[in-house]
Amino acid sequence: MRYLPHTDVEVQQMLDRIGVSNIDELFSGIPEDCRLQKPLNLPTAKSESESMTMLRSLAEQNSRVSDWDAFLGGGAYNHFIPSAVDHLISRSEFYTAYTPYQPEISQGTLQAIFEFQTMICQLTGMDVANASMYDGASACAEAVLLAIRAGKKRQKVLLSQALNPQYRETVATYCRYLAVELVEVPTRDGVTDQAVLKTLLDDQTAAVVVGYPNYFGQIEDLAAIAEFTQAAGARLIAAASEPLALALFRSPGELGADVVVGEGQSFGIPLSYGGPGIGFFAVKKKDMRVLPGRLVGETLDQDGKRGFVLTLATREQHIRREKATSNICSNQGMCTLIVGIFLALHGKQGLRQLAEINYAKAAYARQQIGQLDGFEIAFSGECFNEFVVTCPEPVADLKMRLEQQGILAGIALGRDYQDLERGLLVCVTEQNSREQIDRLVSALAGGTV
Amino acid sequence: MISTEGRGLVLDEKLLFEQSQPGRIGYSLSALDVPATAPQQSLMREEIAGFPELSEVDVIRHYTRLSTWNYGVDSGFYPLGSCTMKYNPKVNEAAAHLPGFAEIHPQTPEALNQGALELMYNLQRDLGEVSGFPAVTLQPAAGAQGEFTGMLMIRAWHEANGQKRRKVIIPDTAHGTNPASAALCGYEVITVASDGVLSKDDIAALMDDDVAALMVTNPNTLGLFEADIRAICDLVHERGGLVYADGANLNALMGISRPGDIGIDVMHFNLHKTFSTPHGGGGPGAGPVGVVEKLEPFLPKPVVIKEGDSYKFDYERPDSIGRVQSFYGHFGILVRAYSYILSMGGEGLKRATELAVLNANYIRARLEGEYDLPYKQRSLHEVVFSEKALANDCHTLDVAKRLIDYGYHPPTIYFPLVVPGALMVEPTETESKQVIDEFCDALLTIAEEAKNNPELLKQAPVRAKVRRLDEATAARKPKLRWEPDQS
Repeated sequence: MRYLPHTDVEVQQMLDRIGVSNIDELFSGIPEDCRLQKPLNLPTAKSESESMTMLRSLAEQNSRVSDWDAFLGGGAYNHFIPSAVDHLISRSEFYTAYTPYQPEISQGTLQAIFEFQTMICQLTGMDVANASMYDGASACAEAVLLAIRAGKKRQKVLLSQALNPQYRETVATYCRYLAVELVEVPTRDGVTDQAVLKTLLDDQTAAVVVGYPNYFGQIEDLAAIAEFTQAAGARLIAAASEPLALALFRSPGELGADVVVGEGQSFGIPLSYGGPGIGFFAVKKKDMRVLPGRLVGETLDQDGKRGFVLTLATREQHIRREKATSNICSNQGMCTLIVGIFLALHGKQGLRQLAEINYAKAAYARQQIGQLDGFEIAFSGECFNEFVVTCPEPVADLKMRLEQQGILAGIALGRDYQDLERGLLVCVTEQNSREQIDRLVSALAGGTV
Repeated sequence: MISTEGRGLVLDEKLLFEQSQPGRIGYSLSALDVPATAPQQSLMREEIAGFPELSEVDVIRHYTRLSTWNYGVDSGFYPLGSCTMKYNPKVNEAAAHLPGFAEIHPQTPEALNQGALELMYNLQRDLGEVSGFPAVTLQPAAGAQGEFTGMLMIRAWHEANGQKRRKVIIPDTAHGTNPASAALCGYEVITVASDGVLSKDDIAALMDDDVAALMVTNPNTLGLFEADIRAICDLVHERGGLVYADGANLNALMGISRPGDIGIDVMHFNLHKTFSTPHGGGGPGAGPVGVVEKLEPFLPKPVVIKEGDSYKFDYERPDSIGRVQSFYGHFGILVRAYSYILSMGGEGLKRATELAVLNANYIRARLEGEYDLPYKQRSLHEVVFSEKALANDCHTLDVAKRLIDYGYHPPTIYFPLVVPGALMVEPTETESKQVIDEFCDALLTIAEEAKNNPELLKQAPVRAKVRRLDEATAARKPKLRWEPDQS
């Protein structure tokens, strides 16, 4: 096997040095009744060429977004990935390293994470960002746990129903056996119903969680929500599953959010059937020492030279064990690297322009679809690159009809929202040309393309 | 004796923000082909203050230089104990980059992504075969999330049986994630001391009707197989508890022993350890979980199932603990692990385990005597030394830093906590005898240096990008981001 370098002679030399006569003896610490008495029932080893053929054949049975007119979002977004990203992350000094426990030989990873933390702070308008979480949904759950920890015995958390349903499910899983009461807040015209939210907020409320943009692509009035949430002594958690919007709209930090979490997949990470992505997690200074996850900080070496280290580790599981702020041990190192490269390439102007393009494309599609007989744009407020269409026919039928024309029209909302049984969540990014949008519009109207 | 001559390369590189030039760009976006429009002014932000402005060349050089300050498995030997830093095969990377895997959207109808679903289904089956569990979920993002998922299922099972058990027993040699994951499930953690391996009597003394589970790592973090594991599982089961296994050390068992056959009820896999996917500077990994039959209804949803000739996600699972992250898990990592299993086959996986154990025992044989070995039982894939035999008040940290000067990534240090100044070495199977011999020579040389010239250890490293860093100040006055006034 090409990954196993031992020759028979070497194996024998090593056994001799150890003082055993065969490899089996090395396993003598495993009692006989714990031994597997038969070979593993797995196929025999494939050559590199054979296994690639098998994998390619599986890959070819899938539907690449680029082979379709795809208008799918809902927490994973089809954005262009510059070639520079893939070239840089293919440097195996990055991807074959582990968590930077030995800072003297991990300064590459550490500086890249420090820069990532900085860019997340700049984008979200927050003071401190960690080295990342698994994904947006689990980051959102960790944010809820932070609010409970920091909330001085408050146990109620209010989740907007316009928060991504998978984020809500994940929060519910994380809180399943903890003393946390989760209450859902209904929406009104596609955004969190502020009047109801006010009535639900009380002196037991630790946090309010809203999407920004929310699951329907709508821009919530964070400033207003922050004001009365904080007046009630609770924290406002803003969750962004499409953070490209933050390059165009006012940042959650500026609008008063206490915690900003989200999914960074939009910034250069392949769709890859939904994972891996990257959760980002940012707070104001006051919550710095109750953050979950790894943190990289700047310091000096013995010679006074700048360097970076993992820091504030006393929050973490390897020191604090059951009293840690989280059980998380990973950061999504490779994904922080991708996000860092993507943001550095686009920079101050490019990210803004990319966001403007996404906004304009979605606005065009929304306006065109809104003019079709029988179709209605479900909500009136400002949105980013996603919006909800109310369809005149059952959404499953419509999706099937368009699929036959090479169009993946969007996400049916009926499964997650009973009152949106005819709702279709349409996503438009810079990857969708005007021709594609026009084909979608014409196909929705009943024409063929 | 070998020397530090001829090792090391250092370039300097400022932060992205310090190199920024107003107006410089590193992108080219397509022209807008629809009418330009903008949101209402009051909703729009100002420019992102401090954000970088660089050319593509700037960015390429920046990250290329940063990469040269890193040490990865491809740079050299990386014997980080408990992390299984085996070689990351390049064909796995090629597989994950296939457009038919990398460019598929998770919201696409299942009928259009049958290849992806088939791969996941096959991987569930193969992981089940390696571990002896009839059901596997691929959803958890990493080992710690796998632990959390497994412990949630244990609690859900107890509650479905009308049991409100509050405690979980965990050995003192466990990874910190074990107690942290148990606590996240609302459990009180009872720590049990172990003398190398767990004692049946100690577990029997702690086991009562309020204990939901025992969490074990097998082989444990000392590299020792829990010899009484069957009897221990039996007695936990007799009192109505379940046994969770941390699969971090599965690389010691493939084809030799299956946790599912010997009384374990739940175990997570670390695909980034045992199944060769890259560690990525800290992630992403993947932490699938295998369970016995009776826990199957509680798996996170969705689960990949096969109906006739087609594959689909099953969401109709009323007893499921729910989901632990978005979508279906770290699919890109799953592709790599599946590619690895194809390349290795059943026999190859067993051979990997045998050679990993051979390598660890060879290191032990070469260093025992010069380095103190606190636990002398037959060890498997890793070996743990203490700092006891080091001369002149030299410590494990000094040895680790001096190893850097010799061009190696140090082993795991100061873990497990039960060994004073632990030096935990896990070579894995992908290292040759030559590499291991040179590494052992370096460690033996360092032990001599400690006797004759301890300053070489105390001052180390001197041949890395930076010297020892002031971690105390970093924690006391945290500087966690760049600020403009620094420049």
